[in-house]
Amino acid sequence: MFKCIYNGEKETKAGKTVFGETIRKMIEEDPQVVYLDADLMNSIGTSGLEKSFPNQVIEVGIQEANMAGLSGGLSAVGKKPFMHTFASFAGRRCYDQVFISIAYAKNNVRVIGSDPGITSAYNGGTHMPFEDICLYRAIPHSTVIEFTDSAMTAALLPVIKERPGLTYCRLSRKNCIAIYSEDSVFEPGVANILRDGKDAVIFACGYMVSESLKAAETLEKEGISTAVVDMFTIKPLDTAKVLEFAEKTGAVVTAENGNVVGGLGAAVAGFLSETRPTPVIRVGVKDEFGQVGTPEYLAGVYGLTPADVVAAVKKSISLKK
Amino acid sequence: MLTPLKEFATDIRIQQMEEFKARGFGHVGGSLSITDCLAALYGGIMRIDPKNPNWEDRDRLVVSKGHSGPALYAALALKGYFPLETLKTLNQNGTTLPSHCDRNLTPGVDMTTGSLGQGASTACGMALGLKLSGKDSRVYLILGDGECQEGQVWEMALFAAQHKLGNFIAFLDYNKRQLDGYVTDICDLEDPAAKFESFNWYVKRIKGDDPDKIYETILETQKNQKDRPAMIVLDTVKGGGVKQIEDTTLNHHLNMTTELADEIIKQLIKQKEG
Ligand SMILES: Cc1ncc(C[n+]2csc(CCOP(=O)(O)OP(=O)(O)O)c2C)c(N)n1
Repeated sequence: MFKCIYNGEKETKAGKTVFGETIRKMIEEDPQVVYLDADLMNSIGTSGLEKSFPNQVIEVGIQEANMAGLSGGLSAVGKKPFMHTFASFAGRRCYDQVFISIAYAKNNVRVIGSDPGITSAYNGGTHMPFEDICLYRAIPHSTVIEFTDSAMTAALLPVIKERPGLTYCRLSRKNCIAIYSEDSVFEPGVANILRDGKDAVIFACGYMVSESLKAAETLEKEGISTAVVDMFTIKPLDTAKVLEFAEKTGAVVTAENGNVVGGLGAAVAGFLSETRPTPVIRVGVKDEFGQVGTPEYLAGVYGLTPADVVAAVKKSISLKK
Repeated sequence: MLTPLKEFATDIRIQQMEEFKARGFGHVGGSLSITDCLAALYGGIMRIDPKNPNWEDRDRLVVSKGHSGPALYAALALKGYFPLETLKTLNQNGTTLPSHCDRNLTPGVDMTTGSLGQGASTACGMALGLKLSGKDSRVYLILGDGECQEGQVWEMALFAAQHKLGNFIAFLDYNKRQLDGYVTDICDLEDPAAKFESFNWYVKRIKGDDPDKIYETILETQKNQKDRPAMIVLDTVKGGGVKQIEDTTLNHHLNMTTELADEIIKQLIKQKEG
Protein backbone atom coordinates (compact mmCIF):
# COMPACT_ATOMS: atom_id res chain seq x y z
CA MET A 1 0.00 0.00 0.00
CA PHE A 2 1.16 3.49 -0.74
CA LYS A 3 0.24 6.90 0.56
CA CYS A 4 0.39 9.96 -1.68
CA ILE A 5 1.74 12.98 0.22
CA TYR A 6 2.07 15.28 -2.79
CA ASN A 7 1.80 18.97 -2.00
CA GLY A 8 4.21 20.36 -4.57
CA GLU A 9 7.20 20.39 -2.17
CA LYS A 10 10.54 18.78 -2.86
CA GLU A 11 11.87 15.94 -0.75
CA THR A 12 14.38 16.86 1.91
CA LYS A 13 16.86 14.23 0.75
CA ALA A 14 18.50 14.04 -2.64
CA GLY A 15 17.87 10.95 -4.75
CA LYS A 16 21.54 10.08 -4.67
CA THR A 17 21.69 10.19 -0.88
CA VAL A 18 18.84 7.74 -0.55
CA PHE A 19 20.28 5.55 -3.29
CA GLY A 20 23.65 5.38 -1.52
CA GLU A 21 22.03 4.57 1.82
CA THR A 22 19.85 1.85 0.33
CA ILE A 23 22.69 0.20 -1.57
CA ARG A 24 24.72 0.19 1.63
CA LYS A 25 21.90 -1.41 3.56
CA MET A 26 21.41 -4.16 0.98
CA ILE A 27 25.14 -4.88 0.95
CA GLU A 28 25.15 -5.20 4.73
CA GLU A 29 22.15 -7.50 4.74
CA ASP A 30 22.92 -9.70 1.74
CA PRO A 31 26.47 -10.90 1.03
CA GLN A 32 25.50 -11.85 -2.52
CA VAL A 33 24.82 -8.23 -3.53
CA VAL A 34 27.57 -6.72 -5.68
CA TYR A 35 27.47 -3.05 -6.64
CA LEU A 36 29.40 -1.95 -9.73
CA ASP A 37 30.01 1.58 -10.98
CA ALA A 38 31.84 3.18 -13.90
CA ASP A 39 33.51 6.20 -12.27
CA LEU A 40 30.32 7.87 -11.15
CA MET A 41 30.21 6.90 -7.49
CA ASN A 42 30.79 10.49 -6.45
CA SER A 43 27.81 11.50 -8.54
CA ILE A 44 25.42 8.93 -7.10
CA GLY A 45 26.17 8.88 -3.40
CA THR A 46 28.06 5.58 -3.25
CA SER A 47 31.61 6.87 -2.96
CA GLY A 48 33.61 5.33 -0.16
CA LEU A 49 31.58 2.09 -0.18
CA GLU A 50 34.37 0.35 -2.08
CA LYS A 51 36.63 0.90 0.90
CA SER A 52 34.14 -0.42 3.46
CA PHE A 53 32.98 -3.36 1.36
CA PRO A 54 35.81 -4.31 -1.01
CA ASN A 55 34.24 -7.71 -1.67
CA GLN A 56 30.89 -6.29 -2.69
CA VAL A 57 31.59 -2.93 -4.28
CA ILE A 58 33.57 -2.74 -7.50
CA GLU A 59 34.67 0.56 -8.99
CA VAL A 60 35.17 -0.68 -12.54
CA GLY A 61 36.45 2.54 -14.10
CA ILE A 62 35.18 4.22 -17.24
CA GLN A 63 34.16 1.09 -19.13
CA GLU A 64 30.42 0.63 -19.24
CA ALA A 65 30.46 -2.22 -21.77
CA ASN A 66 32.92 -4.18 -19.69
CA MET A 67 30.83 -3.48 -16.59
CA ALA A 68 27.70 -4.91 -18.22
CA GLY A 69 29.58 -8.05 -19.22
CA LEU A 70 31.10 -8.36 -15.75
CA SER A 71 27.62 -8.09 -14.26
CA GLY A 72 26.39 -10.90 -16.47
CA GLY A 73 29.29 -13.06 -15.33
CA LEU A 74 28.77 -12.22 -11.67
CA SER A 75 25.13 -13.24 -11.97
CA ALA A 76 26.14 -16.51 -13.62
CA VAL A 77 28.08 -17.49 -10.50
CA GLY A 78 25.27 -16.57 -8.12
CA LYS A 79 25.89 -12.92 -7.28
CA LYS A 80 23.19 -10.25 -7.35
CA PRO A 81 24.74 -7.41 -9.32
CA PHE A 82 23.54 -3.82 -9.39
CA MET A 83 25.39 -1.71 -11.96
CA HIS A 84 25.17 2.05 -12.22
CA THR A 85 26.09 4.69 -14.75
CA PHE A 86 24.31 7.71 -16.20
CA ALA A 87 21.13 6.66 -18.04
CA SER A 88 22.65 7.95 -21.29
CA PHE A 89 25.52 5.48 -21.07
CA ALA A 90 23.45 2.69 -19.47
CA GLY A 91 21.42 2.64 -22.64
CA ARG A 92 23.77 3.55 -25.41
CA ARG A 93 27.25 2.60 -24.33
CA CYS A 94 26.66 -1.03 -23.40
CA TYR A 95 23.46 -2.02 -25.16
CA ASP A 96 24.72 -5.13 -26.88
CA GLN A 97 26.40 -6.37 -23.70
CA VAL A 98 23.19 -5.79 -21.73
CA PHE A 99 21.13 -7.44 -24.46
CA ILE A 100 23.30 -10.53 -24.96
CA SER A 101 25.36 -11.11 -21.82
CA ILE A 102 22.59 -10.19 -19.41
CA ALA A 103 19.14 -10.57 -20.96
CA TYR A 104 19.58 -13.21 -23.67
CA ALA A 105 21.89 -15.27 -21.46
CA LYS A 106 19.19 -15.11 -18.75
CA ASN A 107 21.35 -13.55 -16.12
CA ASN A 108 19.82 -11.51 -13.32
CA VAL A 109 21.13 -7.97 -13.31
CA ARG A 110 19.76 -4.65 -12.16
CA VAL A 111 20.92 -1.70 -14.24
CA ILE A 112 20.55 1.75 -12.66
CA GLY A 113 20.56 4.71 -15.05
CA SER A 114 20.77 8.10 -13.34
CA ASP A 115 19.97 11.61 -14.58
CA PRO A 116 17.00 10.72 -16.78
CA GLY A 117 15.89 13.11 -19.51
CA ILE A 118 16.04 16.81 -18.78
CA THR A 119 17.29 16.24 -15.24
CA SER A 120 20.78 15.81 -16.69
CA ALA A 121 20.60 19.60 -17.16
CA TYR A 122 24.07 21.08 -17.61
CA ASN A 123 25.64 17.91 -18.92
CA GLY A 124 23.89 18.61 -22.20
CA GLY A 125 23.12 16.66 -25.36
CA THR A 126 25.69 13.88 -25.01
CA HIS A 127 24.44 13.05 -21.53
CA MET A 128 20.69 13.66 -21.95
CA PRO A 129 18.88 10.33 -22.21
CA PHE A 130 15.57 10.58 -24.01
CA GLU A 131 15.92 7.09 -25.49
CA ASP A 132 16.78 4.75 -22.61
CA ILE A 133 13.18 3.69 -21.93
CA CYS A 134 12.74 2.76 -25.57
CA LEU A 135 16.03 0.86 -25.69
CA TYR A 136 15.36 -1.15 -22.55
CA ARG A 137 11.72 -1.82 -23.49
CA ALA A 138 12.97 -3.39 -26.70
CA ILE A 139 14.92 -6.07 -24.86
CA PRO A 140 12.72 -9.18 -24.56
CA HIS A 141 11.42 -10.02 -21.07
CA SER A 142 13.01 -6.93 -19.52
CA THR A 143 11.55 -4.96 -16.64
CA VAL A 144 11.68 -1.17 -16.99
CA ILE A 145 11.04 1.00 -13.94
CA GLU A 146 11.34 4.70 -13.27
CA PHE A 147 11.59 5.65 -9.60
CA THR A 148 9.13 8.47 -8.96
CA ASP A 149 10.78 9.74 -5.80
CA SER A 150 13.20 8.64 -3.09
CA ALA A 151 10.60 6.89 -0.99
CA MET A 152 10.03 4.61 -3.96
CA THR A 153 13.77 4.19 -4.58
CA ALA A 154 14.30 3.02 -1.01
CA ALA A 155 11.31 0.70 -1.05
CA LEU A 156 11.77 -0.85 -4.48
CA LEU A 157 15.52 -1.50 -4.65
CA PRO A 158 15.31 -4.43 -2.18
CA VAL A 159 12.37 -5.85 -4.15
CA ILE A 160 14.28 -5.57 -7.40
CA LYS A 161 17.24 -7.31 -5.78
CA GLU A 162 15.25 -10.55 -5.92
CA ARG A 163 13.77 -10.00 -9.37
CA PRO A 164 14.90 -12.45 -12.06
CA GLY A 165 16.18 -11.30 -15.44
CA LEU A 166 17.13 -7.81 -16.52
CA THR A 167 15.68 -4.89 -14.60
CA TYR A 168 16.39 -1.34 -15.69
CA CYS A 169 15.71 1.53 -13.28
CA ARG A 170 15.74 5.23 -14.07
CA LEU A 171 16.78 7.30 -11.10
CA SER A 172 17.06 11.03 -10.48
CA ARG A 173 20.01 12.00 -8.29
CA LYS A 174 18.51 15.35 -7.35
CA ASN A 175 15.68 16.17 -4.95
CA CYS A 176 12.43 15.06 -6.56
CA ILE A 177 9.05 16.49 -5.70
CA ALA A 178 7.77 14.24 -2.91
CA ILE A 179 4.94 11.96 -3.98
CA TYR A 180 4.97 9.06 -1.51
CA SER A 181 5.18 8.62 2.24
CA GLU A 182 8.28 6.81 3.45
CA ASP A 183 6.33 3.73 4.55
CA SER A 184 4.77 3.21 1.12
CA VAL A 185 5.05 -0.22 -0.43
CA PHE A 186 5.25 -0.80 -4.18
CA GLU A 187 4.88 -3.77 -6.44
CA PRO A 188 6.55 -3.87 -9.85
CA GLY A 189 3.89 -4.03 -12.54
CA VAL A 190 1.16 -2.50 -10.39
CA ALA A 191 0.49 1.15 -11.25
CA ASN A 192 -0.57 3.62 -8.56
CA ILE A 193 -3.74 5.69 -8.87
CA LEU A 194 -2.70 9.01 -7.36
CA ARG A 195 -5.86 10.85 -8.24
CA ASP A 196 -9.18 9.64 -9.54
CA GLY A 197 -11.13 11.39 -12.29
CA LYS A 198 -13.84 10.82 -14.85
CA ASP A 199 -13.19 13.11 -17.84
CA ALA A 200 -9.65 12.10 -18.72
CA VAL A 201 -6.67 10.13 -17.43
CA ILE A 202 -2.96 10.93 -17.42
CA PHE A 203 -0.56 7.99 -17.32
CA ALA A 204 2.73 9.48 -16.16
CA CYS A 205 6.14 8.37 -14.99
CA GLY A 206 9.16 9.90 -13.27
CA TYR A 207 9.57 13.66 -13.45
CA MET A 208 6.21 14.00 -15.19
CA VAL A 209 4.19 12.56 -12.29
CA SER A 210 4.34 15.77 -10.25
CA GLU A 211 3.86 17.89 -13.37
CA SER A 212 0.75 15.86 -14.20
CA LEU A 213 -0.62 16.29 -10.68
CA LYS A 214 -0.13 20.05 -11.08
CA ALA A 215 -1.93 19.91 -14.41
CA ALA A 216 -4.81 17.96 -12.87
CA GLU A 217 -5.22 20.65 -10.20
CA THR A 218 -5.43 23.33 -12.87
CA LEU A 219 -7.94 21.28 -14.86
CA GLU A 220 -10.03 20.68 -11.74
CA LYS A 221 -10.42 24.45 -11.37
CA GLU A 222 -11.75 24.53 -14.91
CA GLY A 223 -14.21 21.79 -14.09
CA ILE A 224 -12.35 18.97 -15.83
CA SER A 225 -11.98 15.90 -13.65
CA THR A 226 -8.66 14.21 -14.46
CA ALA A 227 -7.20 11.01 -13.06
CA VAL A 228 -3.44 10.67 -12.61
CA VAL A 229 -1.87 7.22 -12.57
CA ASP A 230 1.82 6.70 -11.77
CA MET A 231 3.08 4.14 -14.28
CA PHE A 232 6.42 3.66 -12.54
CA THR A 233 6.64 0.22 -14.12
CA ILE A 234 6.77 1.00 -17.81
CA LYS A 235 7.26 -2.66 -18.63
CA PRO A 236 5.47 -4.90 -17.93
CA LEU A 237 2.66 -2.41 -18.43
CA ASP A 238 -0.23 -2.51 -15.96
CA THR A 239 -2.69 -3.18 -18.77
CA ALA A 240 -5.60 -3.74 -16.39
CA LYS A 241 -5.38 -0.17 -15.10
CA VAL A 242 -4.79 1.27 -18.55
CA LEU A 243 -7.92 -0.47 -19.79
CA GLU A 244 -9.98 0.44 -16.74
CA PHE A 245 -9.22 4.15 -17.00
CA ALA A 246 -9.46 4.26 -20.79
CA GLU A 247 -12.96 2.80 -20.47
CA LYS A 248 -13.91 5.06 -17.63
CA THR A 249 -12.68 8.33 -19.15
CA GLY A 250 -12.38 7.71 -22.89
CA ALA A 251 -9.59 10.31 -23.07
CA VAL A 252 -5.99 9.30 -22.45
CA VAL A 253 -2.80 11.33 -22.04
CA THR A 254 0.65 9.95 -21.38
CA ALA A 255 3.49 12.02 -19.92
CA GLU A 256 7.16 11.09 -19.79
CA ASN A 257 10.56 12.74 -19.50
CA GLY A 258 11.90 11.23 -22.71
CA ASN A 259 11.31 10.69 -26.39
CA VAL A 260 7.75 9.75 -27.33
CA VAL A 261 9.32 7.26 -29.76
CA GLY A 262 9.19 3.91 -28.03
CA GLY A 263 8.44 5.25 -24.56
CA LEU A 264 5.58 4.98 -22.07
CA GLY A 265 3.20 6.70 -24.46
CA ALA A 266 4.04 4.26 -27.20
CA ALA A 267 3.41 1.36 -24.83
CA VAL A 268 0.02 2.69 -23.72
CA ALA A 269 -1.08 3.66 -27.24
CA GLY A 270 0.07 0.34 -28.65
CA PHE A 271 -1.85 -1.62 -26.06
CA LEU A 272 -5.04 0.45 -26.37
CA SER A 273 -5.12 0.45 -30.15
CA GLU A 274 -5.20 -3.35 -30.06
CA THR A 275 -7.75 -3.70 -27.25
CA ARG A 276 -9.91 -0.60 -26.98
CA PRO A 277 -9.05 2.11 -29.51
CA THR A 278 -9.02 5.39 -27.57
CA PRO A 279 -7.44 8.77 -28.37
CA VAL A 280 -4.00 8.91 -26.75
CA ILE A 281 -2.09 12.20 -26.65
CA ARG A 282 1.56 11.76 -25.77
CA VAL A 283 3.40 14.42 -23.81
CA GLY A 284 7.13 13.88 -24.18
CA VAL A 285 10.13 14.92 -26.22
CA LYS A 286 9.18 15.00 -29.89
CA ASP A 287 12.14 13.21 -31.45
CA GLU A 288 14.77 15.76 -30.45
CA PHE A 289 18.29 15.66 -29.01
CA GLY A 290 19.13 17.13 -25.62
CA GLN A 291 21.01 20.35 -24.83
CA VAL A 292 22.35 22.18 -21.79
CA GLY A 293 20.04 24.20 -19.56
CA THR A 294 18.15 24.24 -16.31
CA PRO A 295 15.43 21.56 -16.04
CA GLU A 296 12.81 24.35 -15.93
CA TYR A 297 14.15 25.87 -19.14
CA LEU A 298 14.39 22.49 -20.83
CA ALA A 299 10.85 21.55 -19.77
CA GLY A 300 9.70 24.63 -21.69
CA VAL A 301 11.83 23.82 -24.73
CA TYR A 302 10.66 20.21 -24.99
CA GLY A 303 7.02 20.66 -24.00
CA LEU A 304 7.14 18.98 -20.60
CA THR A 305 5.42 21.63 -18.47
CA PRO A 306 2.11 21.30 -16.61
CA ALA A 307 0.66 23.65 -19.24
CA ASP A 308 1.64 21.16 -21.95
CA VAL A 309 -0.12 18.42 -20.02
CA VAL A 310 -3.22 20.58 -19.61
CA ALA A 311 -3.31 21.23 -23.35
CA ALA A 312 -2.90 17.53 -24.08
CA VAL A 313 -5.77 16.61 -21.77
CA LYS A 314 -8.05 19.12 -23.51
CA LYS A 315 -7.03 17.76 -26.87
CA SER A 316 -7.72 14.17 -25.84
CA ILE A 317 -11.16 15.15 -24.54
CA SER A 318 -11.91 16.96 -27.80
CA LEU A 319 -11.13 13.74 -29.68
CA LYS A 320 -13.62 11.66 -27.67
CA LYS A 321 -16.40 10.26 -29.75
CA MET B 1 59.05 37.52 -18.42
CA LEU B 2 56.94 34.69 -19.75
CA THR B 3 57.59 33.30 -23.22
CA PRO B 4 54.81 34.08 -25.70
CA LEU B 5 53.47 30.52 -25.42
CA LYS B 6 53.48 30.59 -21.62
CA GLU B 7 51.71 33.92 -21.73
CA PHE B 8 49.13 32.45 -24.08
CA ALA B 9 48.64 29.51 -21.70
CA THR B 10 48.14 31.90 -18.81
CA ASP B 11 45.58 33.84 -20.81
CA ILE B 12 43.73 30.60 -21.58
CA ARG B 13 43.64 29.89 -17.83
CA ILE B 14 42.38 33.39 -17.07
CA GLN B 15 39.60 33.12 -19.64
CA GLN B 16 38.58 29.68 -18.36
CA MET B 17 38.21 31.12 -14.91
CA GLU B 18 36.01 33.85 -16.37
CA GLU B 19 33.78 31.13 -17.82
CA PHE B 20 33.52 29.19 -14.56
CA LYS B 21 32.99 32.39 -12.64
CA ALA B 22 30.09 33.42 -14.86
CA ARG B 23 28.45 29.99 -14.55
CA GLY B 24 29.40 29.31 -10.94
CA PHE B 25 30.62 25.75 -11.49
CA GLY B 26 32.20 23.46 -14.03
CA HIS B 27 34.74 20.80 -14.96
CA VAL B 28 37.66 22.81 -13.66
CA GLY B 29 40.38 20.23 -13.00
CA GLY B 30 40.51 18.51 -16.38
CA SER B 31 40.17 21.78 -18.28
CA LEU B 32 43.17 23.34 -16.58
CA SER B 33 45.36 20.28 -17.16
CA ILE B 34 45.08 20.39 -20.97
CA THR B 35 45.76 24.13 -21.14
CA ASP B 36 49.49 23.98 -21.89
CA CYS B 37 48.87 21.48 -24.67
CA LEU B 38 46.21 23.76 -26.18
CA ALA B 39 48.61 26.71 -25.95
CA ALA B 40 51.16 24.80 -28.03
CA LEU B 41 48.58 23.63 -30.58
CA TYR B 42 46.87 26.99 -31.07
CA GLY B 43 50.08 28.93 -30.46
CA GLY B 44 51.56 27.93 -33.79
CA ILE B 45 51.42 24.18 -34.35
CA MET B 46 48.00 23.93 -35.94
CA ARG B 47 47.32 25.17 -39.47
CA ILE B 48 44.12 27.10 -38.95
CA ASP B 49 42.29 30.22 -40.02
CA PRO B 50 40.03 31.58 -37.27
CA LYS B 51 38.19 33.67 -39.86
CA ASN B 52 37.37 30.52 -41.77
CA PRO B 53 36.70 27.83 -39.14
CA ASN B 54 35.54 25.34 -41.76
CA TRP B 55 38.55 25.78 -44.06
CA GLU B 56 38.98 22.43 -45.77
CA ASP B 57 42.76 22.33 -45.52
CA ARG B 58 42.97 23.10 -41.81
CA ASP B 59 44.39 20.81 -39.17
CA ARG B 60 41.82 19.28 -36.82
CA LEU B 61 41.67 18.83 -33.08
CA VAL B 62 39.42 16.43 -31.21
CA VAL B 63 39.20 16.99 -27.47
CA SER B 64 37.92 13.54 -26.67
CA LYS B 65 37.65 14.31 -22.97
CA GLY B 66 34.83 16.59 -24.02
CA HIS B 67 34.16 17.91 -20.52
CA SER B 68 37.32 20.01 -20.95
CA GLY B 69 35.48 22.18 -23.47
CA PRO B 70 35.89 25.33 -21.34
CA ALA B 71 39.67 25.25 -21.91
CA LEU B 72 39.20 24.83 -25.66
CA TYR B 73 36.60 27.62 -25.78
CA ALA B 74 39.02 29.99 -24.06
CA ALA B 75 41.76 29.17 -26.58
CA LEU B 76 39.37 29.61 -29.52
CA ALA B 77 38.06 32.95 -28.26
CA LEU B 78 41.61 34.23 -27.72
CA LYS B 79 42.41 33.21 -31.30
CA GLY B 80 39.45 35.22 -32.53
CA TYR B 81 36.97 32.51 -33.47
CA PHE B 82 34.32 34.35 -31.47
CA PRO B 83 34.25 37.28 -29.01
CA LEU B 84 35.68 36.85 -25.52
CA GLU B 85 32.33 38.05 -24.20
CA THR B 86 30.72 34.84 -25.46
CA LEU B 87 32.75 32.90 -22.88
CA LYS B 88 30.44 34.23 -20.18
CA THR B 89 27.58 32.21 -21.66
CA LEU B 90 29.18 28.86 -20.76
CA ASN B 91 26.36 26.45 -19.99
CA GLN B 92 23.66 29.10 -19.94
CA ASN B 93 20.27 28.31 -21.44
CA GLY B 94 20.55 28.44 -25.23
CA THR B 95 24.36 28.82 -25.22
CA THR B 96 26.82 28.06 -28.03
CA LEU B 97 29.28 26.86 -25.38
CA PRO B 98 27.87 23.70 -23.75
CA SER B 99 29.73 21.79 -21.07
CA HIS B 100 30.84 19.21 -23.63
CA CYS B 101 32.32 20.08 -27.05
CA ASP B 102 29.79 20.35 -29.86
CA ARG B 103 30.90 20.85 -33.47
CA ASN B 104 27.48 22.15 -34.48
CA LEU B 105 27.37 24.91 -31.91
CA THR B 106 30.85 26.38 -31.54
CA PRO B 107 32.99 27.84 -34.33
CA GLY B 108 36.38 26.11 -34.31
CA VAL B 109 35.25 22.94 -32.56
CA ASP B 110 36.01 20.11 -34.98
CA MET B 111 34.20 17.24 -33.30
CA THR B 112 31.36 16.59 -30.88
CA THR B 113 32.54 14.75 -27.77
CA GLY B 114 31.40 13.99 -24.23
CA SER B 115 30.80 10.27 -24.30
CA LEU B 116 34.32 9.26 -23.32
CA GLY B 117 36.26 7.10 -25.74
CA GLN B 118 34.37 8.13 -28.84
CA GLY B 119 36.61 11.04 -29.77
CA ALA B 120 39.47 8.58 -30.14
CA SER B 121 37.71 6.89 -33.04
CA THR B 122 36.33 10.02 -34.68
CA ALA B 123 39.78 11.63 -34.65
CA CYS B 124 41.24 8.48 -36.13
CA GLY B 125 38.50 8.46 -38.76
CA MET B 126 39.31 12.06 -39.68
CA ALA B 127 43.00 11.20 -40.03
CA LEU B 128 42.11 8.21 -42.19
CA GLY B 129 39.75 10.26 -44.36
CA LEU B 130 42.26 13.05 -44.89
CA LYS B 131 44.93 10.51 -45.77
CA LEU B 132 42.62 8.73 -48.21
CA SER B 133 41.89 12.09 -49.88
CA GLY B 134 45.59 12.81 -50.22
CA LYS B 135 45.40 15.90 -47.98
CA ASP B 136 48.35 16.97 -45.87
CA SER B 137 46.28 18.21 -42.92
CA ARG B 138 47.04 16.69 -39.55
CA VAL B 139 44.70 15.50 -36.84
CA TYR B 140 45.37 16.01 -33.14
CA LEU B 141 43.59 14.19 -30.34
CA ILE B 142 43.50 14.80 -26.60
CA LEU B 143 42.60 11.79 -24.43
CA GLY B 144 42.03 11.57 -20.68
CA ASP B 145 43.71 8.91 -18.58
CA GLY B 146 40.45 7.76 -17.07
CA GLU B 147 39.04 7.79 -20.56
CA CYS B 148 41.65 5.24 -21.62
CA GLN B 149 39.80 2.67 -19.52
CA GLU B 150 37.29 2.52 -22.37
CA GLY B 151 38.06 -0.39 -24.68
CA GLN B 152 37.28 1.81 -27.68
CA VAL B 153 40.56 3.68 -27.17
CA TRP B 154 42.53 0.49 -27.60
CA GLU B 155 40.52 -0.65 -30.60
CA MET B 156 41.43 2.67 -32.19
CA ALA B 157 45.08 2.21 -31.17
CA LEU B 158 45.26 -1.09 -33.04
CA PHE B 159 43.53 0.37 -36.07
CA ALA B 160 45.60 3.54 -36.36
CA ALA B 161 48.85 1.58 -36.40
CA GLN B 162 47.50 -0.94 -38.90
CA HIS B 163 46.52 1.90 -41.24
CA LYS B 164 49.82 3.73 -40.84
CA LEU B 165 48.29 7.06 -39.89
CA GLY B 166 51.39 9.24 -39.97
CA ASN B 167 49.18 12.35 -39.96
CA PHE B 168 47.80 11.59 -36.52
CA ILE B 169 49.15 12.79 -33.16
CA ALA B 170 47.41 11.94 -29.90
CA PHE B 171 48.11 13.40 -26.47
CA LEU B 172 47.36 11.68 -23.21
CA ASP B 173 46.54 14.15 -20.45
CA TYR B 174 48.12 11.93 -17.81
CA ASN B 175 46.95 13.82 -14.74
CA LYS B 176 46.53 10.58 -12.76
CA ARG B 177 43.03 11.48 -11.62
CA GLN B 178 39.53 10.76 -12.92
CA LEU B 179 36.08 11.57 -11.53
CA ASP B 180 36.01 9.30 -8.49
CA GLY B 181 39.68 9.57 -7.57
CA TYR B 182 43.08 8.27 -8.63
CA VAL B 183 43.50 6.19 -11.77
CA THR B 184 45.89 3.85 -9.91
CA ASP B 185 43.21 2.99 -7.37
CA ILE B 186 40.45 2.45 -9.93
CA CYS B 187 41.87 0.78 -13.04
CA ASP B 188 45.50 1.56 -13.57
CA LEU B 189 47.13 2.54 -16.86
CA GLU B 190 50.57 1.84 -15.41
CA ASP B 191 52.99 2.82 -18.18
CA PRO B 192 50.83 4.11 -21.03
CA ALA B 193 53.91 4.98 -23.11
CA ALA B 194 55.00 1.34 -23.09
CA LYS B 195 51.49 0.24 -23.95
CA PHE B 196 51.24 2.48 -27.01
CA GLU B 197 54.78 1.54 -28.03
CA SER B 198 53.78 -2.09 -28.02
CA PHE B 199 50.86 -1.13 -30.28
CA ASN B 200 53.50 0.16 -32.71
CA TRP B 201 52.92 3.87 -32.16
CA TYR B 202 55.66 6.51 -32.13
CA VAL B 203 55.72 7.56 -28.47
CA LYS B 204 57.16 10.41 -26.40
CA ARG B 205 56.59 11.09 -22.72
CA ILE B 206 57.25 14.56 -21.30
CA LYS B 207 56.15 16.84 -18.50
CA GLY B 208 52.99 18.51 -19.67
CA ASP B 209 53.20 21.85 -17.92
CA ASP B 210 55.46 23.67 -20.37
CA PRO B 211 53.92 24.74 -23.69
CA ASP B 212 57.33 25.48 -25.21
CA LYS B 213 58.52 21.96 -24.49
CA ILE B 214 55.26 20.52 -25.85
CA TYR B 215 55.66 22.65 -28.99
CA GLU B 216 59.18 21.36 -29.57
CA THR B 217 58.15 17.78 -28.94
CA ILE B 218 55.33 18.02 -31.48
CA LEU B 219 57.69 19.36 -34.16
CA GLU B 220 60.16 16.60 -33.43
CA THR B 221 57.39 14.01 -33.51
CA GLN B 222 56.11 15.23 -36.86
CA LYS B 223 59.60 14.81 -38.23
CA ASN B 224 60.18 11.34 -36.86
CA GLN B 225 56.85 9.53 -36.74
CA LYS B 226 56.96 8.70 -40.47
CA ASP B 227 53.99 6.47 -41.18
CA ARG B 228 53.19 5.75 -37.57
CA PRO B 229 50.50 7.34 -35.42
CA ALA B 230 52.09 9.21 -32.52
CA MET B 231 51.27 9.39 -28.83
CA ILE B 232 52.70 12.14 -26.66
CA VAL B 233 52.11 11.27 -23.03
CA LEU B 234 51.90 14.50 -21.01
CA ASP B 235 52.58 14.14 -17.31
CA THR B 236 50.22 16.75 -15.95
CA VAL B 237 48.45 17.65 -12.74
CA LYS B 238 44.66 17.83 -12.58
CA GLY B 239 43.95 21.50 -11.98
CA GLY B 240 47.43 22.25 -13.37
CA GLY B 241 48.67 25.83 -13.09
CA VAL B 242 46.32 26.85 -10.29
CA LYS B 243 47.58 25.83 -6.88
CA GLN B 244 44.23 26.00 -5.10
CA ILE B 245 42.64 23.66 -7.62
CA GLU B 246 45.62 21.27 -7.79
CA ASP B 247 45.40 20.91 -4.02
CA THR B 248 41.70 20.08 -4.03
CA THR B 249 41.56 16.27 -3.98
CA LEU B 250 38.29 15.80 -5.84
CA ASN B 251 38.58 18.60 -8.37
CA HIS B 252 36.75 17.11 -11.32
CA HIS B 253 33.66 19.27 -11.09
CA LEU B 254 33.74 22.24 -8.74
CA ASN B 255 31.68 25.13 -7.60
CA MET B 256 33.40 28.39 -8.47
CA THR B 257 32.54 31.38 -6.35
CA THR B 258 33.22 34.85 -7.68
CA GLU B 259 35.69 35.38 -4.83
CA LEU B 260 37.73 32.26 -5.61
CA ALA B 261 37.68 32.96 -9.34
CA ASP B 262 38.83 36.54 -8.82
CA GLU B 263 41.57 35.44 -6.48
CA ILE B 264 42.84 32.95 -9.08
CA ILE B 265 42.58 35.45 -11.92
CA LYS B 266 44.56 37.99 -9.90
CA GLN B 267 47.21 35.37 -9.24
CA LEU B 268 47.45 34.51 -12.94
CA ILE B 269 47.70 38.16 -13.99
CA LYS B 270 50.54 38.59 -11.51
CA GLN B 271 52.36 35.64 -13.11
CA LYS B 272 52.08 37.36 -16.47
CA GLU B 273 53.47 40.59 -15.14
CA GLY B 274 56.34 38.60 -13.60
C1 LIG C 1 31.25 7.07 -21.66
C2 LIG C 1 31.28 7.99 -20.50
N1 LIG C 1 31.20 7.48 -19.25
C3 LIG C 1 31.18 8.31 -18.18
C4 LIG C 1 31.25 9.66 -18.34
C5 LIG C 1 31.17 10.60 -17.14
N2 LIG C 1 32.48 11.24 -16.91
C6 LIG C 1 32.74 12.47 -17.39
S1 LIG C 1 34.31 12.95 -17.12
C7 LIG C 1 34.66 11.51 -16.29
C8 LIG C 1 36.05 11.28 -15.76
C9 LIG C 1 37.07 11.46 -16.81
O1 LIG C 1 38.35 11.16 -16.36
P1 LIG C 1 39.60 11.53 -17.28
O2 LIG C 1 39.44 10.95 -18.63
O3 LIG C 1 40.82 11.13 -16.53
O4 LIG C 1 39.50 13.08 -17.44
P2 LIG C 1 40.17 14.21 -16.50
O5 LIG C 1 40.42 13.61 -15.19
O6 LIG C 1 41.41 14.58 -17.18
O7 LIG C 1 39.19 15.34 -16.47
C10 LIG C 1 33.54 10.69 -16.26
C11 LIG C 1 33.49 9.36 -15.64
C12 LIG C 1 31.32 10.15 -19.67
N3 LIG C 1 31.36 11.46 -19.93
N4 LIG C 1 31.36 9.30 -20.72
